Amino acid sequence: MLRITCPFCGPRSETEFSFGGPVSSQRPEVPEKLSDSDWVNYLSVVPNPMGPVRENWLHTEGCGRWLTVERDTVTHDITRAPEFSR
Amino acid sequence: MTTRRLAAGGRINRNKVVNFTFNGRAMTGFEGDTLASALMANGVDVTARSFKYHRPRGIVAAGIEEPSSYIELLGDDATGNQPATVVPLTEGLATKSVNCWPSVDFDCGAVNQLFSRLIPASFYYKTFKWPNWHFFEPLIRKAAGLAGPPPTPPVTGRFEARYWHCDVLVAGAGPAGLMAALSAARAGKRVMIADEACEAGGSLLSRQQAIGGQPAADWVAGVVAELAELDNVTHLQNATVWGYREHNLVLVNERRPDRPALLGRNWRVRAGQVMIATGAIERTLVFHNNDRPGVMLASAVQTYINRYGVLPGQRAVVFTNNSSAYEVAAQMRAAGIEVAAVVDSRSSVTGQESALVEGCEVLCTAQVTQAHGYKRVNAVTVRLASGQTRRIACDLVVMSGGWNPTSHLFSQSRGTLRYDGETCCFRPDKPAQPAVCIGAANGDFTLAEALSGGQKASGTQGGVVPNTSAELPYAIEPLWHVDDLPAGAKAFVDLLNDVTASDVHLALREGYRSVEHVKRYTTGGMALDQGKTGNVNIIGTIALKQGLPLDAVGTTTFRSPYVPVEFGAIGGVREGSVVLPYRHTPLTQWNIDQGCCMYESGARWRRPGYFPRAGESFQDTVNRESTCVRTGVGVYDGSPLGTFELKGSDCGRFLDLIYTNVFSTLKTGCGRYGLMLSDDGLILDDGVSFKLSEHRYLMSTSTGNADGVYQWMEKLLQTEYPQWDVKITNITSQWANATLCGPKAREVLAALDCDIDLAPEAFPFMTFRDCRVSGLPARIVRVSFTGELSFEINVAPRHLLTLWEKIMAAGAAYDIMPIGSEANHVLRVEKGFLSLGHEVDGTVDPYDLGMGWVMSQKKPDYLGKRSVALRRSAGETTRELVGIMSNDPNDMIIEGAPITPDGVRAPSEGVVTAYVWSVANNRSVGLALLDNGHARQVETVYVRMKEKVSPVTVTAPCFYDPDGARLRS
Repeated sequence: MLRITCPFCGPRSETEFSFGGPVSSQRPEVPEKLSDSDWVNYLSVVPNPMGPVRENWLHTEGCGRWLTVERDTVTHDITRAPEFSR
Repeated sequence: MTTRRLAAGGRINRNKVVNFTFNGRAMTGFEGDTLASALMANGVDVTARSFKYHRPRGIVAAGIEEPSSYIELLGDDATGNQPATVVPLTEGLATKSVNCWPSVDFDCGAVNQLFSRLIPASFYYKTFKWPNWHFFEPLIRKAAGLAGPPPTPPVTGRFEARYWHCDVLVAGAGPAGLMAALSAARAGKRVMIADEACEAGGSLLSRQQAIGGQPAADWVAGVVAELAELDNVTHLQNATVWGYREHNLVLVNERRPDRPALLGRNWRVRAGQVMIATGAIERTLVFHNNDRPGVMLASAVQTYINRYGVLPGQRAVVFTNNSSAYEVAAQMRAAGIEVAAVVDSRSSVTGQESALVEGCEVLCTAQVTQAHGYKRVNAVTVRLASGQTRRIACDLVVMSGGWNPTSHLFSQSRGTLRYDGETCCFRPDKPAQPAVCIGAANGDFTLAEALSGGQKASGTQGGVVPNTSAELPYAIEPLWHVDDLPAGAKAFVDLLNDVTASDVHLALREGYRSVEHVKRYTTGGMALDQGKTGNVNIIGTIALKQGLPLDAVGTTTFRSPYVPVEFGAIGGVREGSVVLPYRHTPLTQWNIDQGCCMYESGARWRRPGYFPRAGESFQDTVNRESTCVRTGVGVYDGSPLGTFELKGSDCGRFLDLIYTNVFSTLKTGCGRYGLMLSDDGLILDDGVSFKLSEHRYLMSTSTGNADGVYQWMEKLLQTEYPQWDVKITNITSQWANATLCGPKAREVLAALDCDIDLAPEAFPFMTFRDCRVSGLPARIVRVSFTGELSFEINVAPRHLLTLWEKIMAAGAAYDIMPIGSEANHVLRVEKGFLSLGHEVDGTVDPYDLGMGWVMSQKKPDYLGKRSVALRRSAGETTRELVGIMSNDPNDMIIEGAPITPDGVRAPSEGVVTAYVWSVANNRSVGLALLDNGHARQVETVYVRMKEKVSPVTVTAPCFYDPDGARLRS
C-alpha cells in the first residue's frame, strides 16, 4: 500500500485515495479540428511506461483535491513530491 | 514408552502440569511446553503421515520451519495444519494427526509406498488425463492433502486490525533484534518489536551462551524489562511479521493477544525503517530415508534439550557439513545422550571443533548415506573417506546442512539476494526500501556479530555492545545432497510435499530448467512451510546437476505470507452481514415498521422495494401501488438521489460542457433535463439541473452514479479547467425529500399548509419554490419520474419523518400510499423514461435512445460531441430504444432476455431492458434495445427465453400520456 504525501493533508495511506489513471494530454481546445485518428488517440492512448509516470490521484477521504503523483510503475517509488493538479 | 524428560533444566514450569490429548490419548506436559516438546517427552515418535507416500514422520525442527509434524487442533481451538513445534501447550488442548486413516500408527495409505516408484513428481499431470482431470479430482483431493478447515467458525471471539506508525520496526526479538530495539529506544525513537515466539530471546533461549558475563537469558530478561519501561516501545510476542509491502508497510499477525474474545490482531505498520532480525534457519541434509522419525535438525535437538528439558534420543549420530553442530554435540553429551559418532562431510575439522567433542569419534570426509528403521530410526549407514561403509546403531540422527539467513521479508521488500560461497547461503544484498538485515538474517552467524549488527543498525549510541562467551567461527563446505545417491533413493529435499532429489532430477530431465519451473513441477518448496528447510538444497541439487554456480540458478520468489495467516486476521472487524455499510434515509425505521420489503438500490442505499399488505401477492402489491399513483396520490422517499450545488461565475459554461444540451440560457428558478456524456461518447448519467440564482445551480444525478459523477466533475475542474470558477458541494445528505405524485398530489400539498400558490400557472413544471410546508422550511421542486403531477418536497433530514407523518395524515382523505421502487419501475417503463443500468448500458448514444433533440446543435463543443459524431459517421447498425408489447397481453417476459431473428438460436439482434405489467394499459409492456429499432415499429420480433419464445410487437417507447400533459398539469 502506497504512502502518498498530500500537499494539503500530509503523508497518508493509499486507502484514502482514488486512482484516476495516468495524466494524459490536455483536452484539445477545439476537438472538431482534430483528425479522427488524432481524436481517438487522445481518448485511448495513455502513458504506459515501465518507470516513472505522472498519475492523477484524488484524495477522496481527505481534502478532496486531485493530485499529480509521479510514481515508478516498477518499484512503486514516488519519484517526485505530489502536487495539486495543474 | 519411557519418559524422556530431564530431571531439571529448561524454561518450563514443572510445578504446573498441563493435560492434553493426542489422537484421543490423554497425556501431560508442563507449562512452557510446545505441543512438540510435550509429545517428545511422552515418547511419541510418529506424529504424522506424509502427504503423498504416507510415510511415518516425526518431529524434525523446533520452530516455524517444521516440515513434518502438522497437527489438527480440535474443539474450541479448531484449526487445521498447525506445526506442532509452534503450538503452545494449553490445558485441555485436543489434537490429532493429519493425513492418516485409520490411525497414525497404522495407516492404510502407507500402501502408496509400495508403488512409490510409479508415482514420482508429475505423476498426476501424466496420468489423470482421460477422460479428464475432474473425474479423478475428488478422490485425489481426499487421498492427498492435509487437514481440512474446521467445520464451523470459532464460536466465540473475533479478529481485529490495527494501524500503527513507528520510526523503527524490528522483526524478531533474538540477540540482534533486542539489541537494535534497545539502542533505538534509548535514543528516543518510536519502536515496535515483534517476535513470532511466545517468549523473547530467539536462539539465546536454546543455546548456552553468556552475554556480559551473565547467562544470555538473564540479559534477555533485562532488555525486555527495560523495553517495557519505555513509553516509546511497543513489544509484541507471539506476533509474526508476515508481509512486507511497498513504502515500508509491514504486516504483523499477533496471535491470541491477551484480551478476552480476541482471536488475533493484524497490525498494519507503517515504519520509517525496518530492521530484519529474523535469524537463520538450519537446512536438512539429503540422504536416503532422511525423513525417518528420529532424524532431526541439530538446532532442534539443542532447543529440546536446553529449552524444554527433553532428550530427543539416547544414542545419536551427528551428521554435519559445518562447524555449528559441534556445540550441539557437546551439549547433547552433557545432557546424557551418547554420541556414537560425528560424521562430517568436510575434509578436515579444526582443533577447536574436535575439542568440543573430545573422546568422541569424528569421521571426516564421511557421509551418512542411509537411515534404517521404519517408525523410528535404529541405525545409519556411513560411507567413510576410504569408500568403505559402516553401519552404526542409533535412535537419533542429528543433522546440520548449514544455515540460511531468514531473508524472506527482505526479499518481499524487493531487496536482492546474492550467493555467498564462503557461508554457502543466499545473503541479503541491495535493499529496495528502508530495510536492513541484522545478525543471522544478514548471514552474520555469531552472537558477537548479531549484537554489534543490532547496535550499528540503530544508528545511535543508545546501547553499549556487551561482550559474549567464546564461540566457534562458522565454517562450512556445501553438501546439497550426499554423493552417489542411488536411483529411487527416498532422499527428501522437501519433506512436507514428499519431494526427493530424484524428483528434481526428473524435472530437469524433462526440460524444466528454471528453478521456478522445477518448483511448480515437483511442488518442492510449496505449501505450508514454503520449503524453509529444503529450498536451498533444491537449488543446490539443480546447480549440481546442471554444473552451474548457485547464483546462476537463483532463488524462487519469496512471497507473503511468511507463515499461514487466518483470513479473519487479514480482514479484521467487519459489521456482521455486509462488507460495506449501508446508507439509510431518515425513513428506514418507518418503512420497516410498515412491513416494507427493503432493497439495496444502488450506491448501498437501503430503499423501500414495496409495501405488501396481508393476503397480497407481490404483483398485487405492485399493481396497487402503481394504480394509486395513476389515479390518486402516492408518496415516495427520493432522498438518495444525488444532489449537488454548483456556485461560481463559470457554472453556466461548465454545465454547457458536461451536459449535451444548453444550460447557460436557463432562467433563474427553472430547471431542465439533461444528459451527460463522457468524452468517448457514452452516456454517463442523466438528471435535472435548476438555476437557483445568477451563479448558483442545483444538480441532481441518479442515485447509483452520484459519487462517480461528483469525482468526475471535480477531476474536470481540477485537472482540465482549473481556471474556471466553479465550486461544487455535495448536498445529497443535506436535503431529504418526500415526493408526492399522482393527480391528487396538489390537493394533499395544499392540505399540508403550504405558504405558496400551487396553481399550475403560478408554479409550473420544471420550476422550484422555497417555502414552508407545515411550518417546516422546504424547497419544493416540480419534476416527475412517474409521468404524473409531482411535488418533490425537500426538507432537512431531521424534519423528514415529521413531514412524512403529516403527509400520511393529510393524504389519508385521498387514500395516499407509500410507493416502493417496484412501482416506480412500472411507472417509468410506462412512460419510457430511461434508467441507468437498464436502457443505458454503456453501448448506446443519445440518438440510439431517440434523444437526438438533447444533442445541442448550437454549442461548438461539449463532452462526447466529437465521439458521438464519429460513431454516427461510421453508419454502423446500432441498437435503438423501442417499446415492445407481447402478442399475448398476459405474457410476461424476463428482463434481460435476448431478441433473436425469428426466435431461433442465433446471434441476438436486441435485448429486453425492462418488462412490466402496465396498470395504465391493463396488459404487459416493456422496453428493448433493438438493432435499427426505430425503423421497425409494428414489426413482430421474437424474445428467446429458456422455456419459450415470445413474439412481441415493436412500438414507440412510451405507453402512457405521450404528450406529457399529466406531468405538466
